[in-house]
Amino acid sequence: MLNFELTSEQKEIQEMAMKFAKNEMMPNASEYDLKGEMPMDILQKAWSLGLVNTCIPVEFGGAGFSTIDSMVITEALAYGCLGMNTAIMANDLALLPIVIGGTSEQKEKFLKPFTESYKIAAFCLTEPGNGSDAAGLKTTIKDGGDHWVVNGEKMWITNAGYADLFTLYGTLDPSLKHKGISALVIDAKAEGIEVGKPEKKMGHCCSDTRSVTFRDVKVPKENMLGQPGDGWKIAMKTLDHSRPMVAASAVGGAQCALDHAKGYALERNQFGKPIAAHQSIQFMLAEMATKVEASRLLVLKSAWLIDNNQPNTRLASMAKSFASDSFMEIATDAVQIYGGYGYSKEYPVEKLMRDAKLIQIYEGTSQIQRLVIAKEVLK
Amino acid sequence: MNIFVCVKQVPDTETKVTPNGDGTFIETSSIKWIMNPYDEFAVEQALLLKAANAGSTVTVVRVGSTQDTEALRTALAMGADEAILVEGDDNLDSYMIAKAIKGGIEKSGKTPDIIFTGKQAIDDDCLQVPQLLAQMLDMPSVSVVVGFDHADGKTTLKREVEGGALEVYEVTNPVLVACNKGLNTPRYASLPGIMKAKRKPLQNLSLADVGVSADDRRVKYSNFQLPPEKPPGKKYDAMDEGKQAEVVAEVVQLLRNEAKVI
Ligand SMILES: Cc1cc2nc3c(=O)[nH]c(=O)nc-3n(C[C@H](O)[C@H](O)[C@H](O)COP(=O)(O)OP(=O)(O)OC[C@H]3O[C@@H](n4cnc5c(N)ncnc54)[C@H](O)[C@@H]3O)c2cc1C
Ligand SMILES: Cc1cc2nc3c(=O)[nH]c(=O)nc-3n(C[C@H](O)[C@H](O)[C@H](O)COP(=O)(O)OP(=O)(O)OC[C@H]3O[C@@H](n4cnc5c(N)ncnc54)[C@H](O)[C@@H]3O)c2cc1C
Repeated sequence: MLNFELTSEQKEIQEMAMKFAKNEMMPNASEYDLKGEMPMDILQKAWSLGLVNTCIPVEFGGAGFSTIDSMVITEALAYGCLGMNTAIMANDLALLPIVIGGTSEQKEKFLKPFTESYKIAAFCLTEPGNGSDAAGLKTTIKDGGDHWVVNGEKMWITNAGYADLFTLYGTLDPSLKHKGISALVIDAKAEGIEVGKPEKKMGHCCSDTRSVTFRDVKVPKENMLGQPGDGWKIAMKTLDHSRPMVAASAVGGAQCALDHAKGYALERNQFGKPIAAHQSIQFMLAEMATKVEASRLLVLKSAWLIDNNQPNTRLASMAKSFASDSFMEIATDAVQIYGGYGYSKEYPVEKLMRDAKLIQIYEGTSQIQRLVIAKEVLK
Repeated sequence: MNIFVCVKQVPDTETKVTPNGDGTFIETSSIKWIMNPYDEFAVEQALLLKAANAGSTVTVVRVGSTQDTEALRTALAMGADEAILVEGDDNLDSYMIAKAIKGGIEKSGKTPDIIFTGKQAIDDDCLQVPQLLAQMLDMPSVSVVVGFDHADGKTTLKREVEGGALEVYEVTNPVLVACNKGLNTPRYASLPGIMKAKRKPLQNLSLADVGVSADDRRVKYSNFQLPPEKPPGKKYDAMDEGKQAEVVAEVVQLLRNEAKVI
C-alpha cells in the first residue's frame, strides 16, 4: 500500500501553484520585501484562483482539499515568497479552529464569506508575556449576560492590520490553567479593538505583524467555539494541522534556496572551473538536497496521518522542527555558495536566509517541538 | 453556440529531444507533456466567447496517445465543458490528425459554430491541421489571428501579416480561427477548476471509431536525427591595442564572406 507518488490531480495542483509562485510571486517578492507592504493585488489573485483558505471543507464552499493537497499548495506558495505565504497561511491558522471546533451554523456563518470574496483572518494566541507557554495566557473572557466581554493584549499577530475576523484564545479563569481557556470568533469591527503599529521585522517583511488590544470588547455568546473551557483542546488539534503546514512552507523555501544555489554553482567560475566542480560545494548541495527530501517526507507523512484519521502530534512536531531547522541550514549554505553575492539584496538567497529564521520560531519554536516529541517518545 | 477547441499535447519546451530506436519518431518515454502554447490562446478565446454567449458549450478535442492527458485536463480545468480524446500515436501526419478531429467533432453530435485552434504546434511546426480541417468541414479558416470580435452573429478577425501589418476579415459562422500569441492572456486553471475537471465528461474514441485508417497516412516518418553539433565559435582577442586594427579587419572579413551577415 506504500506509495510515494502524488495523484495526477495533486500533480496538476502542484504545477498550477508553482506556475503562480514563479510568475506572480517571485518576480515581485523582493520589491514588497523592501517596501514592507502587503501585496494585496497578488493575494487577491491567489484567492481568486483558490490558493487561499485551503482548509475550508467542501460543504461550506471550499474546494474539498485533503491535508496532503494543502501541503502541496503551501510548499509551492512558499517557494514563491515566504512572506506572502505567511499572509496566506495565517488565514488558515485562524480558520482551522472554526473548522475543527465550530458547529455547522458557525461554519456556515464564519467560513462561507471567506469563499465568496477575499477576506483576511488573524489568529490571536500569543501575548507580550506568553509565547511558548501559551497556556499561561492572561487575556480574559468574562460572562456579560447575553454576551462575552474580552480584555487583554495580543502580540505578534499576523494579518492584524487588515483582518476582517479574529480568532482569539482567552481564559475564563487563569487559575483553571488549560481548563479555563476558550476560543472566540470576533468581528474585527467590534468596538474596543485597537491594532498596533506594524512590527519592523528581519524577514517576512511583506506580511503584516502587530499587537492587538481588546478593551471591553463585546462578543455574541454564539461566537464561542465548543463549550467554555474547550479552547485548549481545539488549539492542540489546530496545531496538529497547522504545524505540518508551516513545515511545508519550510520545504518550499528550502527547495527554492537549493535551486538557486545549484544554478549559481553551475554558472560561477573560480579557479578555472564552475564552483559546482569543487567537491566542498558538491557536498553542501548533497546535504541540502537530502535535507529537503527528508523534510518533505516528514511533512507528507504527518499530513497523511490526518487524512487517514490517525494521531499525528509526534510527526507534526518532527516535521515542524526538522523542516524549519533544515531550512535555516540550507538557506545559510545557499548564501555561502553565492559568496559575497549571497550577502547582497540584489540576489535572492539573503532574503531566504532572513525568512527561514521565523519558521523556527512561530507555531511553536524548535525547542517546543522537541519538548512535544520527547513527551511522545517517553510516553 | 457550439464552440470547439483543438488542442495538441506537445513536449515541454525544455525537453531534450532524442530520436527513438527505429528513427520513426522521438523518444517519448520520459517526456513531460504540456498543452501546445498556441492552443492556450485558443482555449482562452473559446472561454471568453462562451462567457459572452449564454448557453454555449466549449468542447475540446485532442488526437494523440494516452501516456498522459495533460492538455485535455488543463483545458477542462481552465473551464471547458467536455472533452473528446481520439487515441492514436503521437506521430500521425497532419492529414490523419485533421481527419480524426473531424470524426471526433461529428461523433460529439454537435454542429460547430466556431472552431478555435492554435496557429501551429510547436513540436512538428507543420502549420497545416487548421486549414486541412476547415477544408474537410467545408468552412472558411483564418490563421495567425491576433484580434477577435463577435457581435450580432458576425465575427471580425484581425490577422498578422509579414511586416507587422494587420488584415481584417469579416466572416460568418461557422468558421475556424487559428490563434496567435497576443490574441489574449490565457487564464490560470484555478484549483477548484482542477478539482472539478475530473468530473467533466471525457469521450474516448479510437482512430477506427472516427474513420481513420493506415491508408490515410500521407507522410511516413523514417529517419529522425539530431542536427549535427555546431562547431565551437572562433575567439578573437582585441585587448592588445597594437593588434586591434588587424583583429577588427579579420572579423569584418569573416562576417562578410564566411557568415555572410553583413
Ligand atoms: C513574525 C511573527 C508572526 C507571528 N504570528 C503570530 C500569529 O499570527 N498569531 C500568534 O498567536 N502568534 C504569532 N507569533 C508568535 C509566535 O508564535 C511566538 O513568537 C512563538 O510562539 C515564541 O514565543 P515568544 O516569542 O514569546 O518566545 P519565548 O516563548 O519567550 O521563547 C524564547 C526562547 O525560549 C525558548 N523556550 C521557551 N520555553 C522553553 C522551554 N520550556 N524549554 C526550552 N526552551 C524554551 C524558546 O524556544 C525560545 O528560543 C508570531 C511571531 C512572529 C515573530
Ligand atoms: C559586505 C562585503 C564587503 C567586502 N569588502 C571587501 C573589501 O573591502 N575589499 C575586497 O577586496 N573585497 C571585499 N569583499 C569581497 C569578499 O572578500 C569576497 O566576497 C570573498 O572573498 C568571496 O569571493 P566571492 O564573493 O567572489 O565568492 P566566490 O569566490 O565566487 O565563492 C563562491 C563560493 O565558492 C566557494 N569556492 C570558491 N572556490 C573554491 C574552491 N576552490 N574550493 C571550494 N570552494 C570554493 C567559496 O567558498 C564560496 O562558497 C567584500 C564582500 C562583502 C560581501
